[in-house]
Amino acid sequence: MKDKMPVTIEVRNLVKTFGSFKALDGVDLKVDGGELVALLGPSGSGKTTLLRIVAGLDWPDSGEVFISGEDALAQGARERHVGFVFQHYALFRHMTVFENVAFGLRVQPRAVRKDETGIRTRVKELLDLVQLDWLSDRYPSQLSGGQRQRIALARALAIEPRILLLDEPFGALDAKVRKELRKWLRSLHHEINVTSIFVTHDQEEALEVANRVVVMDKGRIEQIGSPDDVYESPATAFVHGFIGESIELPVQIESGVIRLGDRPLRLAADGLTSGASRLFVRRHDMLVGPAGSGAFEGAVQHVRNFGPVQRAEVALSGGETIEIDAPREKELRAGDTIGLNPRRYRIFAG
Amino acid sequence: MSALAARRRTLPGFGLTMGLTLSWLSVIILIPLAGLFLKSLELSPDQFWNILSSRRTLNALRVSFGLAFAAASVNLVMGSIIVWALVRYRFPGRRIFDAIVDVPFALPTAVAGVALTALFAEKGWLGAPLAALGIKVAFTPIGIFVAMIFIGIPFVVRTVQPVLQDLDPEIEEAAGSLGASRGQTIIRVILPSLAPALLTGLALAFARAVGEYGSVIFIAGNLPNVSEIAPLLIVIRLSEFRYADATAIAVVMLIVSFVIIFAVNRLQRWARSRIPAR
Repeated sequence: MKDKMPVTIEVRNLVKTFGSFKALDGVDLKVDGGELVALLGPSGSGKTTLLRIVAGLDWPDSGEVFISGEDALAQGARERHVGFVFQHYALFRHMTVFENVAFGLRVQPRAVRKDETGIRTRVKELLDLVQLDWLSDRYPSQLSGGQRQRIALARALAIEPRILLLDEPFGALDAKVRKELRKWLRSLHHEINVTSIFVTHDQEEALEVANRVVVMDKGRIEQIGSPDDVYESPATAFVHGFIGESIELPVQIESGVIRLGDRPLRLAADGLTSGASRLFVRRHDMLVGPAGSGAFEGAVQHVRNFGPVQRAEVALSGGETIEIDAPREKELRAGDTIGLNPRRYRIFAG
Repeated sequence: MSALAARRRTLPGFGLTMGLTLSWLSVIILIPLAGLFLKSLELSPDQFWNILSSRRTLNALRVSFGLAFAAASVNLVMGSIIVWALVRYRFPGRRIFDAIVDVPFALPTAVAGVALTALFAEKGWLGAPLAALGIKVAFTPIGIFVAMIFIGIPFVVRTVQPVLQDLDPEIEEAAGSLGASRGQTIIRVILPSLAPALLTGLALAFARAVGEYGSVIFIAGNLPNVSEIAPLLIVIRLSEFRYADATAIAVVMLIVSFVIIFAVNRLQRWARSRIPAR
């Protein structure tokens, strides 16, 4: 596997509708060889549809898909040689773990099929790779969710796929197992070096595992970038709101002054167009100061402590209520009047 | 502690329901069957053997079991195809076809027998064209076969349908993306997953066909040794007041049916053990 050049994936102007619902609305995406890309978005954003079209399990209304430069839409799922991992594993219940993994090898055309010894060696190799060789005689129903998903992955890898596609691979697992498998998937990807795309609605998962993140909403790609990019410099209001915990405030910009309600904020509005806009600040980027010192004024309503931070609900004098995360060293108390100053903020028109 | 636990079962009523179950099953099933065996004991082993080894009895048993098995097999194949179409595709009239499957359940068997006879008689809608081809259905063993198919089909469809409905289409997609052709997917993935249900359907359709009386006697012609089914022979012996003869045949039918059902049951358990519940 390692000696092969990783394969590229390219998608051009994909459109797919289900009845009146636009699942994909003109999607372009290029994935380089050996990348591990996350498709991140809320449910209904089209990410799974995109993945299924690349796999050949769904067909677009229009657009093009290239795998390794070849027109993939000319081939069915069977010919594409794509490893696909399903959210609910889709293991064959009547087969042992061993036979599940061996399936892709057994159904190969006779001319290229391995003999029984060859199949055994290969399955053993894969079960070692996913660290579950001791389960080879069990049935899927006897495994935990995390084990099932690793077997599903071993099964997909058995055919030496050109690319690996994972649909919410950890979506059905509990939080602790998810975290373990995330790390494991990253190191596995490093080991086998197959171009991979995985779908997730969990931003933490996307930011932690992928080396590139594609944020989708309503059938469109909102932003493509490294995990740092999408977190630190969100390209759209949607991305800012979706990734990380953000405070969102409706503001008005008039001749270089930003207003929240009728109150002007002491924030620079350089280069911003006039009109209704939305101001985004990360919760932990709101610095607390004495009353009268900041861009915002507010009264603390509640305080709850979360490990290293205290989360305070603050009623701004403009009428909005926001939640901020402040460090614990200066205790906030309900009833305090404080000034707030955003360390960083972004304003998007509309 | 354990006594307390036993007294405080989470689901009360075990004693009551178990008692009712046992007495009801005894009254309805076990006592009549025991009576059947007792009645047949009035015969000496020699008499018993003579009745059974008579040509007419053997032929009746052969007709009943042979045709029942053939009909159940046809139902297994056609029933599976019907289930596939009903579950996997959406087409106009699907619900109507789905309801039609239950007609043989609901129709009085005599009505079915008369209808089939009229249809397949030499002047009937289907009988006439078949007669032109030289195939005679009504009043021959083929007629029995047709009637047995008719009454058995819902058993296969209704046992397999819920299992296929539960079968996740994703496993077919998984098989496809692993390089399996459609045929390989059906043979290696779908059929093994359905095997226990298919076997159950086969057993039920077979049992029903063996015991079928009402619809068969109209279309069979009831020619001794050719198209006379075992249940009919029992009725004939009863009307001749040869009760012991009737029970002897009944006992054999009971034993053979039991052995076959038991074998299918073992087969089913074996198939199911390979697909433990999710």
